[in-house]
Amino acid sequence: MSNMKYLILRRMTQITLLFLYFSANAYGWHILSGTLSSSSIFGTIPLSDPFAALQMLASGMLLSFDVLLGAMIIALFYGIIGGRAFCAWVCPVNMITDAANWLRRKLYIDKIEKKVWMSRNIRYYMIVLALIVSFVSGLAAFEIISPITILNRGVIFGFGAGGGLLLAIFLFDLFVLKNGWCGHICPLGGVHSIVGKYSLVRVTHNSENCTLCMHCKEVCPETQVLNMIGKSSEDISMKECTNCGRCVDVCEDDALRFHIRNYLK
Amino acid sequence: MSNIKKPQISERRKFLTNMTHNVGLGLMGGLVWAGYADKAKSSPLTLRPPAALDEEDFLRACIKCGLCAEACVNRSSNIDKETGKPRPSTLKMAKAKDDVTIGTPFFKPQDVPCYMCDDIPCVPVCPTGALNLASVTNAKGDLDFKMMEMGIAVVEPNACIAFWGIQCDACYRVCPLMNEAITLEYGRNERTGKHAFLKPAINMDVCTGCGLCEQACVTEKPAIFIQPREVALGYPGDHYVKGWDKKDQERVVNRDAKDVTTTTKRSEQDVSDYLNEGVDFE
Repeated sequence: MSNMKYLILRRMTQITLLFLYFSANAYGWHILSGTLSSSSIFGTIPLSDPFAALQMLASGMLLSFDVLLGAMIIALFYGIIGGRAFCAWVCPVNMITDAANWLRRKLYIDKIEKKVWMSRNIRYYMIVLALIVSFVSGLAAFEIISPITILNRGVIFGFGAGGGLLLAIFLFDLFVLKNGWCGHICPLGGVHSIVGKYSLVRVTHNSENCTLCMHCKEVCPETQVLNMIGKSSEDISMKECTNCGRCVDVCEDDALRFHIRNYLK
Repeated sequence: MSNIKKPQISERRKFLTNMTHNVGLGLMGGLVWAGYADKAKSSPLTLRPPAALDEEDFLRACIKCGLCAEACVNRSSNIDKETGKPRPSTLKMAKAKDDVTIGTPFFKPQDVPCYMCDDIPCVPVCPTGALNLASVTNAKGDLDFKMMEMGIAVVEPNACIAFWGIQCDACYRVCPLMNEAITLEYGRNERTGKHAFLKPAINMDVCTGCGLCEQACVTEKPAIFIQPREVALGYPGDHYVKGWDKKDQERVVNRDAKDVTTTTKRSEQDVSDYLNEGVDFE
């Protein structure tokens, strides 16, 4: 079980957050109410999705103080501390795409796959496109299709037909493209990549311990960030790393671990 | 290795082709997305929570957090005294296929109407101002549920049995603003010669569109129902003014005759007062 420590911690965080959101509606708790678009802690501290706030601005609506403050709190937290941790530790869609990825390995789909290639930069183009479409349509464009909030609201208020989109993403990741949604398309992942680029919490590699078993690259959802494995001892500093810690889990040689990036060095 | 070489293209050509490729893909995606965004807008018959901005601004401002719906279901007055659990919420968060922009709050009075709480719990929790607190705050600074404008009740006289002469005042009695928002108009029933009509009439200045009447209506499909005010109400324009009503005259006080356009050209002659010709008034 030791090789699942961070995986279990992540699932616990994701499920706890979903449960707190659910309880705010079902039992009237005030610990964490709202949804991932905008929430409030103990009914006082606002939290808002910076990307949703940007889309609101693009659609032609001034931001209220609460949304501005909430988006700043989120951006500062991930910017200074967490990096892109939202994607691996908070986002509920991560559980769906991880499940697809797991099944993909079990079914050997990678071995028979007809190669589909997509740029991992699509997410950044999606950000720009979302802002343009928001401006043109007068409606936060990603928020009307976002599987993240559809799943989040589904757990809180009930699913309806929105479950179809989630199944579609599962199937896309399973049969079309490995890590297709989270690793290529999702613009919120792109926003969190940019926001968390200089964060302090990072995975670091010690190449002296590395035996080149490549287990880390098998499980990593953003394989390109592990380009230094076995070559040089350095932080995994590419902004797309989600700090999921799977590589730390599976490494049997203590060549990968979490640490605080030292900017003073 | 094979000796068939790929045709060489210049860096400049490569850059231009890449650029065209990306712009083209972006345009394609943008068109599909914008097309969907247009379809994703709510049906014009959607009823929004109290104090909601106009639909266009509401869609821009609503961040889809659901705090209003959570406040609605967990309000203290909504706890069922027998079971101790909350009853179904008035405000629902739209799901796919609800015909309402996904994730935005709305209500269907026939399922659960708005009970017009004194403390209007759904409005102050809104983080974005999509539910505008000022629009339900009176001059004294207190929340006033009478200022809500969620919609307006409309009576369909063909189906309303009160218009047939059958006594029914379900809507009148259930109305939270009884005898203000719905009044009963008395009339003589000529058919029987000895009975009265008690017909419901809506006062559009008072009705908030809470929908208790729609839920209470006894006909199979309600003969009184809530419509958004923009849908159900007409507007007479500046041409017609109630000469006997000071307040209505204020409505057109800033009207400039030059701004008024007419379909046919206006007569440049003065009005000829032939009816009063030869009449001595004083």
